[in-house]
Amino acid sequence: MAVMGFAAAINSALDVALGSDPDVFLLGEDISDPGGGVYNITKGLSTKYGEHRVRDTPISESAIIGAATGAALAGKRPVAEIMIMDFLGVCLDQLANHAAKLRYMTGGQAHVPLVVRMSAGAGVQFGAQHSELLEAWLVHTPGLKVVMPSTPADAKGLLLSAIFDDDPVVFIEPTLLYFGAAKEEVPDGDVRVPLGRAHIAREGSTITLISYGLHVHTCLAAVAQLSESDIDAEVIDLRSLVPLDIDTVLASVSKTRRAVVVHEAVGRAGFGAELSSLIHEALFDELAGPVRRVTGADTPVPYAKPLETAFIPTADTVAGAVRQMCS
Amino acid sequence: MDDGDADGVNPGKVAVKQMAEPSVDDLTTMYEIQARIVATDEQFRQRIGRGQATLIYYSPRGQESISAALGVCLRPQDYLVTTYRGLHDQIAKGIPLRELVAEYLGRTTGTCGGKGGPMHVTHAASGVMVTTGIVGGGLPIANGLGLAAVLDDSEQVTAVCFGDGATNTGAFHEAMNLAAVWDLPVLFVCQNNQYGEHTPIARSMRVPTVAERAAAYGIASARVDGNDAVAMWHAIGAATDRAREGGGPTLIDALTYRFHGHILGEDLAYQPAEERAAAVSADPFPAYRARLISQYGITETVLDDIDRRIAAEVDDAFRHALASPEPDGSSLYTDVVAEVTV
Repeated sequence: MAVMGFAAAINSALDVALGSDPDVFLLGEDISDPGGGVYNITKGLSTKYGEHRVRDTPISESAIIGAATGAALAGKRPVAEIMIMDFLGVCLDQLANHAAKLRYMTGGQAHVPLVVRMSAGAGVQFGAQHSELLEAWLVHTPGLKVVMPSTPADAKGLLLSAIFDDDPVVFIEPTLLYFGAAKEEVPDGDVRVPLGRAHIAREGSTITLISYGLHVHTCLAAVAQLSESDIDAEVIDLRSLVPLDIDTVLASVSKTRRAVVVHEAVGRAGFGAELSSLIHEALFDELAGPVRRVTGADTPVPYAKPLETAFIPTADTVAGAVRQMCS
Repeated sequence: MDDGDADGVNPGKVAVKQMAEPSVDDLTTMYEIQARIVATDEQFRQRIGRGQATLIYYSPRGQESISAALGVCLRPQDYLVTTYRGLHDQIAKGIPLRELVAEYLGRTTGTCGGKGGPMHVTHAASGVMVTTGIVGGGLPIANGLGLAAVLDDSEQVTAVCFGDGATNTGAFHEAMNLAAVWDLPVLFVCQNNQYGEHTPIARSMRVPTVAERAAAYGIASARVDGNDAVAMWHAIGAATDRAREGGGPTLIDALTYRFHGHILGEDLAYQPAEERAAAVSADPFPAYRARLISQYGITETVLDDIDRRIAAEVDDAFRHALASPEPDGSSLYTDVVAEVTV
């Protein structure tokens, strides 16, 4: 065990994977030393494993995802980085039309054991083209798996599972967690957290808050605000959206009879809509009231600090929604 | 991999090195591949015309000389990536005809169990890894197949076929540049049939040739008569040799013409009728046959035997495919992702 933050945990997962499997390699913009990427996530890895396996690319996201897809078809386990989630817009054909569909289109002859890593999220005034969460695009594309960790230990364990998974996995790293996640004990070596198994971040009995990534922490902060009331909220960290641990969600909501889904992506047709629908379809008669969503605004992400803050779900808005539902 | 050019050919210049002439074996194999393509294409067109088969069909007829050369120059373990107009390439790389025809007809016995169809044929055992329906979409993936060979230090080469229209996509630009930067063993084979869907090439690009686009990336290129199988054999042979020796990628601009437009049955008003008539009257397949006899001394008897064998093989493939069941729906949800084993 070592105490480390989110970025170091991701670096550790990549280090373990590169060290244990010669088919693993990394590619992306600026990822080699001395910098090790714009957020230093891959620092030290090109020095340790060589630029043959930790490969800088031109600013060519289609070429990056295409090269990773082709190498995966040929039996490699590439980990591609596209820096920021908004850049999916310039390589979505390779990911959605090719990597995602190849297993199906080929009747199972081909598989694409590929990981695409990216930072994502608002909160650092990066503006509308560097701040979005687009997980709904990915969840809507059969063939892709979608993972978003919330803690350093999960980041390492989930990334290792993603790298050794036989399907394309999009691994979304909330930018604010690079800087803000509390350090914690992270297991040494190849210790994996399975995809598709949610984590109950806080047990409770009166309402269920469901989130993933950064906003698990927003939910926990909201719970702290509610501590003086008699509201005892359960917080579920989904960890992965595909595969989805719906059983854990439904078991919790059966118990609490109330649910709020919290995410930063725009609310309209977001993942919260899907989750809300799944809960209603399964538990309609048991619910004390409709499932609510607390999400990003239905707008592009604005720049100015007060506008950006107004866009993002906060502990206050989550706590407010919870109070209303429990009153 | 950063050792420049083993042959002394400057990147960006035409890369055709002196090679021996094709052997009689290579020449007859190229005939056989073309005969198989022509006969299969003819059956598809006839059966579609008679209502015995229903599919959206992109005939490759007219472009088969290019595939014939690929079929002879690529090794079984080499990879091929092609497009929706890919029947000729798929046949040339060696996909068994029964499985190939069955996939086109959406049968369970097809290469992909009927899930891919003509636009998405893969037959990994033959090295046909991807058939894409997205113009330009195959080029970045070909780089990845080439990169795997570099990482494994193997002699595998990847060829990717695409049309002239694909050279106007961003994927072409990104892929060519990355292949150059990484010296990847990839052959970019532009089957330049002079139309991107319905639009002639002169209305789609300002430079006169596709080949000269290679200069922008610092890679070797060759402009070849794509209707001349022997010329294609030289160009592809030289490019595969260079790729295997670590000399990096090559762009081959193979000039050709498609006889049946973009999609079979469409209104061909966008193509001057006399242009198409001239191309059809210069049909490369009978021209190749005549040349084998007159220039290379191969006898009619040998070629007739091939024709007869191919006719029977194609007949058998269609009979087998049409007798095969269509999927019953039970496979709808399989192979979306890996089966979970607990």
